[in-house]
Amino acid sequence: MDCKINFEQVSVTFGSAAVLRDINLQVCRNSVTGFMGPSGSGKSTLISLVNRMIDFENGVTIEGSVTIDGSNVLAPRTDVISLRKRVGTVFAVPLPLPRSIFENVAYGLRLQGITRRPLLDEMVAESLSKAFLFEEVRDRLDTSALKLSGGQQQRLCLARTLALKPEIILLDEPCSGLDPISTAKIEEALSELKQEYTIVLVSNNTKQIARATDYAAFFYMSALVEYGETFSLFTNPAMQQTEDYIQGKFG
Amino acid sequence: MRVNPRSVNAVAALCLNAQALFTVGILVVIICIIFIKGIANLNLEFILAFPQDMGRHGGIFPSIVGTFCLVLLSLLFAAPLGLGTAIYLTEYTRESRLTTLIRFGVESLAGVPSIIYGLFGFIFFVIKLKMGWSLLAGSLTMAIMILPTIIRTSEEAIKSVPVNLRRVSYSLGGTRWETTTRVVLPCAAPGILTGIMLSIGRTISETAAVIFTMGSSLRLPTTLMDSGRSLAVHFYILAREGISLEKAYATALVLVLIILAINAVAYYFMHRITSKYS
Repeated sequence: MDCKINFEQVSVTFGSAAVLRDINLQVCRNSVTGFMGPSGSGKSTLISLVNRMIDFENGVTIEGSVTIDGSNVLAPRTDVISLRKRVGTVFAVPLPLPRSIFENVAYGLRLQGITRRPLLDEMVAESLSKAFLFEEVRDRLDTSALKLSGGQQQRLCLARTLALKPEIILLDEPCSGLDPISTAKIEEALSELKQEYTIVLVSNNTKQIARATDYAAFFYMSALVEYGETFSLFTNPAMQQTEDYIQGKFG
Repeated sequence: MRVNPRSVNAVAALCLNAQALFTVGILVVIICIIFIKGIANLNLEFILAFPQDMGRHGGIFPSIVGTFCLVLLSLLFAAPLGLGTAIYLTEYTRESRLTTLIRFGVESLAGVPSIIYGLFGFIFFVIKLKMGWSLLAGSLTMAIMILPTIIRTSEEAIKSVPVNLRRVSYSLGGTRWETTTRVVLPCAAPGILTGIMLSIGRTISETAAVIFTMGSSLRLPTTLMDSGRSLAVHFYILAREGISLEKAYATALVLVLIILAINAVAYYFMHRITSKYS
């Protein structure tokens, strides 16, 4: 398999509490990889290593390496700013900036120094289309993003990330607050987007993982229990814990 | 015996209403008194003419100019410094001994009575730095005095901006500075502006510290090194020395109107900022 992100012997502790223990996992290029597991199992922490958002936590110790295309993002001399342009993030709750729809998508582009209006117009429209939002908002791009519904806001956040043309998109339980129709739209977008991007989807929702991912990893108590192709993991799990979780016996 | 919760609620509602009305009432009474006593002497000539005979006759033009210069210069010194300190404390450093020390200093400065600032300004700026009684010495002194207000209100305003908005900016490849200037400060602008308005109010209404450092010359200040008399000082001297109570009330009315006008303009701009960002 063509490996995009490689987690090698990754352990993370907050203070004295182990959040992740010896994780070894390879995320495949141009696929959707799902991380599932009960809350507190460490899956969100794992993706916060990839975009180095973990830097904002206090008292964290990290061991092991996380490489993107072979270069270690945990290395101290990693340029975090350009890393985050390569690794897009969509958070659990929709977090539009308090600006217009247009300016939300243009925010990252402006940070890159793109200010020419025709170019911005084009890139914003393209990103919104890719996130399956453009048709709904095309005639009100100048209205506040806060006026959109939750599902629209989350697709706006996806569009904002896509505008930077990242290589990897991390989604941290992006549908936790959304209705089934909005969720379906996000999943539809993801299945299109994996042609161009490598996508990691963290979710509590096993059904979503089964529907929307190509590969799936099950985390429990800070450890990776099982990892494999989604279809075989769901039809024929190797570990009893995985089976119990998928069937809803705990978690 | 248990009192009927509905009656308790009714009494509480009545009390709270009365308290709110009382507070507004005091403001209205003060403004009305000043208005009634001052309006007779207030006309265009009073605003645009120079004072004669210690202020017994004529107008208050130099004092209006002096007041505006004092406010603008004080803000020019204090606002960048205060905002910078607040940004440093909230965005650029983690809690440490240094931040505790800075906060302690700011709190202490906020509790110092204005006459002490006046004495300090007199000894340090006026005498030691040989500025004399001047706009410069006055505004530097006032800048130090309003600095704690600006720092504390700005800090509170910046802290109230949700952490998640910062994370969004960082996740899109924003640097700390870009995140601060493009996300945090626009969201914090109304709070910061409130602090600046409070500071303007304090500068306009200050007398003790201003007399000691800017003096009380009735001439029109034309350079930074000129002495001048702010409206509040003019009012104080007119009333305290029994020169002209009518002119004093007219001066007070101008003072109140200026403060109201500044507030109106500030809130207009604040509304424009917030509507752009929400």
